[in-house]
Amino acid sequence: MMKIGHMRITKKQVRHLVIYLLLIAGAYFMLSPFAMMVGSSFTENVYVIEYPPRIFPEDPSLGNYDAVWNANNFKLYFKNSLVVALSSTVLTLFFSSLGAYAFARFQFKGKEVIFWFLLIVMMIPDLLLIIPRFELVNRMGIRNTLYGLVIVYVATGVSGQTFFLRGFFEQIPTELEESMLMDGGNYFTIYRRLILPLSTPVLATSAIFSFMSFWDEYVWALTANTDSAVRTLPVMINSFQGQHGTNWGLVFSAMMIALVPVVIVFILSSNYIIGGKAEGAFK
Amino acid sequence: MKKSLLLRKNVVPYLFILPLVLFYLSFQLYPMIKEFQMSFFDWTFNPGKENIFVGWENYQHIFQDPKVKLALKNTLLYALITVPGQMILAMLVALLIDALPRGKGVFRVLYYLPVITSWVIASILVRFLFNFPKGIINYLLLDVFSLIDAPINWFGAPGTAFVAIDLLGIWKGIGWSMLIYLSALQGIPKELLEAAEVDGASPWRRFWSVKLPLLTPAISYTLILLTIGAMNVFLSVFLITGGGPQQKTEVFLSYLYHQAFEFFDFGYGAALSVVLAIGLLIVSILQYRFVGKPERLR
Repeated sequence: MMKIGHMRITKKQVRHLVIYLLLIAGAYFMLSPFAMMVGSSFTENVYVIEYPPRIFPEDPSLGNYDAVWNANNFKLYFKNSLVVALSSTVLTLFFSSLGAYAFARFQFKGKEVIFWFLLIVMMIPDLLLIIPRFELVNRMGIRNTLYGLVIVYVATGVSGQTFFLRGFFEQIPTELEESMLMDGGNYFTIYRRLILPLSTPVLATSAIFSFMSFWDEYVWALTANTDSAVRTLPVMINSFQGQHGTNWGLVFSAMMIALVPVVIVFILSSNYIIGGKAEGAFK
Repeated sequence: MKKSLLLRKNVVPYLFILPLVLFYLSFQLYPMIKEFQMSFFDWTFNPGKENIFVGWENYQHIFQDPKVKLALKNTLLYALITVPGQMILAMLVALLIDALPRGKGVFRVLYYLPVITSWVIASILVRFLFNFPKGIINYLLLDVFSLIDAPINWFGAPGTAFVAIDLLGIWKGIGWSMLIYLSALQGIPKELLEAAEVDGASPWRRFWSVKLPLLTPAISYTLILLTIGAMNVFLSVFLITGGGPQQKTEVFLSYLYHQAFEFFDFGYGAALSVVLAIGLLIVSILQYRFVGKPERLR
């Protein structure tokens, strides 16, 4: 800027600078809530918000993390969430890839009608079916169990993933499958030895989104599982506040701990996504 | 696809889709039918008590219930504010990012972060920011900008509570529409824009006469999906105000949920679900009629 007399700053450069500044200001506005969350999680005893509020704690400590991690049942809820989200993800991917393979490779009676029926339910918000589903798991005797969560998560997750995977499977060339068939393999061998290995990038993307949605799920877990032994993390975190005045530091450090598995799944899966770019998952 | 793989009248494909079909029948189709049945009952989950058939009573109740009217009004108002809010801001961000020489990817990710944040986390953050009396928003309005004389009890009144809920909806949704607009912008042929520039069209003119018409499919797509999404607003209200004070901030879905699982009126909740499902169906059909399928507008 000091050389302004010698350097020619074009109109275009000025415009780019203005755009950068506007976008940075916007990003600051969008992201500052997260910064406050991180900052407060390292500040102990934030019952009352400090005036003036500060993003970086004066005396940072891991006290909240320690307190939350060792709080009543936190580890149990963490484990419950992990078991439910992981098994739901694996089952969702297994069933929807099986189905997507059939829809992509076979001609059979009623194919498009069945596919259409599977898809149309994605238009119906899960909350509209929460009452009869509650009735169903209640009658099946799996209310207040982790099975009750997994079975409903898989049931609501498979439609979207089948749709997503079918489109990808259709693009895989069929020549290899024919030679496998001639070598005496059956269709399940093709699915397992050929389709699945060729689809790891897509399956990884599916896995990220499925895991995230199951890990964060709140309403069904709140409604179906009222016993504290089978509660999950989001329900626990939300009930953290309010009881005796909110200790925001504790709430925020619990939220930060809850983010760890998501980040890990993200990093693990992004290795399998084409080009190894995590950014691809955002598309 | 080669014919040898296209097996007809074979049991194999049915085996592959069997799990999907079983899940569908038990957890999608059966609940739909069950819900319809429940909506004609005074339904309870007490083992000792029988469910009483009440005919159309639950449905009649819906049209006489003033709280349904209020919830409906709140839901529509939420859609009316947050849908254009998200679209306009997302368009602005997309245009700015598109005009950057480099660093597009970074900003795209930054603005997308709220979209992948869970509603539980986002809602707790809103309760923190809009805290009374000492939240950051109150601090900014009172001590920094001196726009108010006393701290606002945001969640104490429906009007101010919805300011927070609407802002959350917009904040969390910008990134989603932004991505769609951005990819549509990148699909505009460079020659068109250059030709307009050579002809001396101002940036505003280039946006209005070249970009905007080409963005119509993307815009109508977001309009339809955001409207349906806004009609389904639930978690933010449920977690931030819980429908309170005095059920004045209830939206349709939160009211339905509270009727069933707080007041144990499951039959009424089921009837509300059936009506909303039909309502959503009508809205989708009307929108496809009047706004058109996204592809057709090209």
